Amino acid sequence: MLEIKCPHCGLRSQNEFSYGGDSNTKRPELGKEVSDKDWDNFIYLRDNPRGKHSELWHHVAGCRQWFKVLRDTSTHEIFKTAKLTEEL
Amino acid sequence: MTQEYRLDKEGFINRKKSISFKFNGKKYFGYEGDTLASALLANGVHLVGRSFKYHRPRGFIGSKEDEPNAKVQLYNGAKTEPNAVATEVELVEGLVAKSQNCWPSVSFDFGAINNFLSKFFPAGFYYKTFMWPKSFWSKIYEPIIRKAAGLGVAPLKPDPDRYEHKFEHCDILIVGSGPSGLASALSAAKNGARVILAEDKSKFGGSLLADQVTIGNKTGKEWADETVEQLKSMPNVIVKNRSQVFGYYDHNMMVMFERTKDHIQSPSKYTPRQKLWYIRAKEVVISTGSIERPLIFGNNDRPGILLAAAAKEYIKKYGVLVGKKPIIFTNNDSAYDTAIEFKKNGIDPLIVDVRNVSESTVVKEAKDLGITIKFSHAVANTEGQLRISSALVGKLNNDKSGYENLESIPCDCLCISGNWTPTVHLSSQSGNKLKFDEMISAFIPNKSRQNETTIGSANGSFTLKKSLKDGFDKGFEVSNKLTKKNIKIDPPISNEKSYGNYEKFWCMPLPKNKEYKRCVDFQNDVYVSDIELAIREGFRSIEHVKRYTTLGMATDQGKTSNLNGLQLVSNIENKIVPEVGHTTFRPPYTAVTIGTIVGREVGKHYRPTRKSPMHLWHEKNNAVFVDAGLWLRPRYYKQGNETLQQAAKREGANVRKNVGVCDVTSLGKIDIKGPDSAEFLNRVYTNAWMKLPVGKARYGVMLREDGIVFDDGTTTRISENHFHMTTTTAQAVNVLAHLEYYLQVVWPELDVNVLSTTEQWAGAAVAGPKSRNLLKKLFPETDVSNEGFPFMGFKEENLFGIPARVFRISFSGELAYEINVESDHGIFMWKKIIELGKNMNIQPYGTEALSTLRIEMGHVAGSEIDGRTIPSDLSLEGMLSKKKDFIGKRSLNREAFLNINREKIVGVIPVDKKTMIPEGSHLVKDKNAALPNPKLGHISASCWSVEYNNPFSLAILKEGKKRIGEKLYAMSPLKNKSIEVEIVSSHYVDPKGERVRS
Ligand SMILES: [Zn+2]
Repeated sequence: MLEIKCPHCGLRSQNEFSYGGDSNTKRPELGKEVSDKDWDNFIYLRDNPRGKHSELWHHVAGCRQWFKVLRDTSTHEIFKTAKLTEEL
Repeated sequence: MTQEYRLDKEGFINRKKSISFKFNGKKYFGYEGDTLASALLANGVHLVGRSFKYHRPRGFIGSKEDEPNAKVQLYNGAKTEPNAVATEVELVEGLVAKSQNCWPSVSFDFGAINNFLSKFFPAGFYYKTFMWPKSFWSKIYEPIIRKAAGLGVAPLKPDPDRYEHKFEHCDILIVGSGPSGLASALSAAKNGARVILAEDKSKFGGSLLADQVTIGNKTGKEWADETVEQLKSMPNVIVKNRSQVFGYYDHNMMVMFERTKDHIQSPSKYTPRQKLWYIRAKEVVISTGSIERPLIFGNNDRPGILLAAAAKEYIKKYGVLVGKKPIIFTNNDSAYDTAIEFKKNGIDPLIVDVRNVSESTVVKEAKDLGITIKFSHAVANTEGQLRISSALVGKLNNDKSGYENLESIPCDCLCISGNWTPTVHLSSQSGNKLKFDEMISAFIPNKSRQNETTIGSANGSFTLKKSLKDGFDKGFEVSNKLTKKNIKIDPPISNEKSYGNYEKFWCMPLPKNKEYKRCVDFQNDVYVSDIELAIREGFRSIEHVKRYTTLGMATDQGKTSNLNGLQLVSNIENKIVPEVGHTTFRPPYTAVTIGTIVGREVGKHYRPTRKSPMHLWHEKNNAVFVDAGLWLRPRYYKQGNETLQQAAKREGANVRKNVGVCDVTSLGKIDIKGPDSAEFLNRVYTNAWMKLPVGKARYGVMLREDGIVFDDGTTTRISENHFHMTTTTAQAVNVLAHLEYYLQVVWPELDVNVLSTTEQWAGAAVAGPKSRNLLKKLFPETDVSNEGFPFMGFKEENLFGIPARVFRISFSGELAYEINVESDHGIFMWKKIIELGKNMNIQPYGTEALSTLRIEMGHVAGSEIDGRTIPSDLSLEGMLSKKKDFIGKRSLNREAFLNINREKIVGVIPVDKKTMIPEGSHLVKDKNAALPNPKLGHISASCWSVEYNNPFSLAILKEGKKRIGEKLYAMSPLKNKSIEVEIVSSHYVDPKGERVRS
């Protein structure tokens, strides 16, 4: 079980959080033309790196804030966490 | 009451307290402080089980958790426990144990015929033999394997015991209380760190309990006892015995189980049996010691052959001799201590040593005591049916490839030592890539990946002096990182014997023309010949050899066998051991009961139960409840001997005819506030929200980004910037997280706040043609006419002094209202509704009638919004705004979603108008078609229509409405039914929706 530092609450056990995927995924703007390919990329395709990965977590059993985590996918080392408004 | 092999001195047992127990039906006696193993050995019992595959007789090998053979079944009935390790079971009065894997008895085992057939059961036997024909598998092979294999028997009744979970945080967790563990605990605790010291045995001290050493001017045991007392008196230290740290997980999450009950003679009813500790430690110090390795020679698995250190421990800790005619067989000096202990207790041992010479002080001590030593000798084979009776001892030739002469020497036990293997399991679990230490021919920890340090013999330091120094040094170093107090204490002076080098010779050659079985993995019955065969057949990776031969895959995880197996592979392949590598260590280190892992999360405690404020009323009125997510909801209110279907029909019909009331508290409710609320709803829902007037509700459908329908519900505009959203019971939690995601991550520029208010409101749906009359009585001051309170209207009202929100919305398809009051007033509201509705024949209705009503109206719910359907599949295309973008809209243009042949919602009635169609039935064209019969769709929900008094179902069917009028078959192989059905519109009742607006 990981120990994750919520930028609002501090260190908490993983079972308080839920995972929210790659934090670099950008939703296409509303009302803009999007090609099938770009839309498919947005919906389905994600990088699956071995190593550093910046991702979103949701503190569901805490402050209910989404925030960013820089984590190593092979060792689970967490290098940094940040509020959504901050840079990782 | 004789315990023939019990000494009258030695050991930490209470000879004044005799304890009786049963083993294989026979009564024996032991003493307080014994384990089941030591008590059996005191009675001369070595034969405890049969080997896994060949059913060879097996006895004790070890004295602790490394024991591979002595797995026993404890007690009977609900309390029975399989695979208990006899060396770890503390003796209590009335203990009942029996051998496993033998039939009809351990001394006459029918399965032992496998031993004579062993030529036909080599490595990979299962893979090769049971491959074909396929039809043989389930009827012949599997039952045979299941009967032949398997260790103990699982209990068939629920576990009567209670198990607890506990969470703890500390600076340093120290695993193991041998000399290095105690030293580091003392050093770290004195330096101000918050320390947990965990010892898996009942007594602290580890090797200090059996070794002849002094620390300061005390014996090892005295020093251990004093240190433990000192630690226990410190407020910053938790000291735990009978506590096995079995798993090292990410971010220093350590998991430990504590045995709290089984060793107590008369435990209280409330004592939990075991406790599972989750410990988050900033640092972990691993001082788990080491395990002796067996030597490999012909028939080395007979009862009476055991590890030399175990034999010594049985003398020193329990005052038990494992035999009276011992032979000690070794390739190193540590086994000499065992010989010395025998000699001191009046027994003459013979030492057989593969080395040409050794001149350490311990060897000199043995010589001085007059013990016979045969250097350059080895045991080639043993004899004895159910217990060793003699050893075939020979002088090794110069290159140790064979024997110069062989003689049979009678003995009743053979104590073997092939040097020591550090217990690196936890360190390996932490991600530490182990390195091979040539000096000791074993793996030791290398570079730490998490905050862990290994010390003492677990790190390959086998002298007391080094272990103590490491312990004190590391204890200070690690604690000072955290406390920075710089309080350092020096290790005390210690005295121990000196030990010489071991010789890396551990697998004895076979005498010419002999094919004795030489066992490597005792529990899984893997022999040298099996490993040779695997290599011959081309298995190279050690992971493959492991799986093909099952080496190290038993419940003991190869504690005594892994390294011997690796060395064997490296010898055969002419590689060095590090090139062969090692297999992965995985938690748990020792077997853990399922009960401990589950803890209190059993039965009703498995998850929380949510109840509405009206729950007690429902109970009193004979409600039968159903789980709806975490909620308990009334399914129906039973009258007399009614069945579920009869009750649902009665309650549903009463709604259609008079008026009914349903508890809808469990519906998700989300409060939405802020100037951009309408804009936000406009993006979240598929339909338009900007122009919804204050005081009006609207039905909305939400999609996921991939176009699949996510949830539906009504949302009401309370005021300009304030909305009240409802969700389905099942999706309430997910919808909130979904909204938060879009507000925080995707559109942070929107000024909106969302908050769950599900628990703040109690809800009652009042439905039926007479509901307006009832509403008039509940709110006498209010204009409830169709004009004054139209469909989808909303009013903030006053229910006899209680603030209430009233919505004119309908799930049943009838004229209906939903009333919300603060939860505390829920029961007041409910009773008022029942009281004032009495002369209108009001009846409460449960979820069964509720779904009947929605199904015959063709309203979709969870069984249609099943994570596969898009709006047009559910006839919801009218809900899609063409003028604006919304979540998931772009996906609806994807090719597959535009396919006109998609499965879409329809209604289904049985042609005979009598037979209920089971939910989940497949719709097919031809009921007699060859299997797999092509599926056209499936039945999503079924009810007995109260409107038409015949069965009606909803289905998701290929080509949907185009098939209206067609006849198909609904097939349910599970219920063995095939029903001729007709496809009709999904809006079976009031297709124009006139009633809700009436
Ligand atoms: Zn938080």
